Amino acid sequence: MTPFRVSIFAAVAALILLVVVFELMRSRRLQERYALLWLLTGLVVFVLAVWRSLLGWAADAVGIAYPPSALFVLASFFILIVLLHYSTVISRLSEQNTVLAQRLAILENRLREAQDRPD
Amino acid sequence: MIGTRSERVSLTSLRRLAIVPALNEAGSIQSVIREIRAQDPDFEILVVDDGSTDGTAGLAEAAGAWVVRLPFNLGIGGAVQTGLQYARDHDFGIAVQIDADGQHDPTELPKLLAPLLAGEADVVVGSRFLGERNYKAPFLRRVGIRVFAAIISAVVGQPLTDTSSSFRAFGRRAIAYFSRDYPHGFVESVEATVIAARCGLRLTEVPVVMRQRLMGQSSLTLPISIYYSIKVLVAVFVGIFRRSAYELKEE
Repeated sequence: MTPFRVSIFAAVAALILLVVVFELMRSRRLQERYALLWLLTGLVVFVLAVWRSLLGWAADAVGIAYPPSALFVLASFFILIVLLHYSTVISRLSEQNTVLAQRLAILENRLREAQDRPD
Repeated sequence: MIGTRSERVSLTSLRRLAIVPALNEAGSIQSVIREIRAQDPDFEILVVDDGSTDGTAGLAEAAGAWVVRLPFNLGIGGAVQTGLQYARDHDFGIAVQIDADGQHDPTELPKLLAPLLAGEADVVVGSRFLGERNYKAPFLRRVGIRVFAAIISAVVGQPLTDTSSSFRAFGRRAIAYFSRDYPHGFVESVEATVIAARCGLRLTEVPVVMRQRLMGQSSLTLPISIYYSIKVLVAVFVGIFRRSAYELKEE
C-alpha cells in the first residue's frame, strides 16, 4: 500500500501543476492546445494519488511491487509524451519559419525593384 | 461626383466585405463568389486562402475576388482573423464571414446585415435552429451543437441557439476587437462568442437556412470532434476568468 504521506505529497504536487497551468492559460501565456497534455498529466496523477486502491491495482497489474514507483513511472511517461509533442511542434515552427523568411526575402526584393523603377 | 459630403461618409461607413476562408475548395469557390456578387454587388469579396493546394486561389482571382494567400495553413480562426484585419486596414464598416463550400446561402445576407445596419448589434450570427427547422445533420452533431449552445448561453447570460455557426456578420466594433484578439484553430466560433460577450460586444442571432455542401465532406471525424469539444470547453472555462485583451475604443 502507498504510504499516506506519499499520496498527500503527490496530490498536492498535481494540484499545484493544475493551478499553474490554469493561471498561465488565464494570463494568455499558454495556449489551450499546448495546455491540454499538461492538464491531462495533472488530472491523472491527482486521481491516482487520491484513489490509492486504483494505484495499488495498476502497479500490481504491471508488476511493480511498490505503488509509489508506479506513480513515478506514469508521471515520467507523461513527461515523455509532452516532450515528444513539443518536438513535433518545434519541427512545424521551424518549417514555417523557413517559409516566412523565404517569402519575406522575395517580398523585399520585389519592393526594392519597384522602388528602383518608379515608373 | 457622387452625392453630397454626408452621403459619401455614410456610404463609406457601410462599405462591406465578404470574407471567404477557403482550404481546397476549387469545386465551389467560383460559384460562391458569383452568388455573393449576384445577391449584393456592393460587397467586396476577399478569399483568404489557408494553404490550398488545388488552385483555389487562382480560381478565386479569376472570378474577380481579392485573394490573400496565407504562407501556410493557420486554421479557420487564423484565416478569419486575417480577413478581419483586412477589413480593419481598408476601413470596412461591415464584414461577413461566408464559407467557401457553398453551405451558406448569400440570399440570407440581408437578414444577417439588418441588425448591424440598425445599430442594434456588433456581431450577428446566422442560426440554424431559430425559426424554420430544416437543418439536416447527423444526430450526434446536432446534439453537440445543442449542448454547446446551452453551456455558452449560461456563460454569456444570453439565450443562444447556435454557437458554432460560421455564417456571421461583424460590425465596426467587432472588426476592431477581433482583428486583435480572435481564437485560433478549429471550431473557433464558440470561443469567439464568449470573447464577444466578455469584451462588451452586442451579439444577436437571426434565423438562416443553410444548404447541403456543394462539394466535399465535413472534415470532422468523431475523435477529432471529441478533441475539439474538450479543447473548446477548457477554453470557454478559462475564458470566464480572463479579462479582455484590449479595451474597446468607443467612437
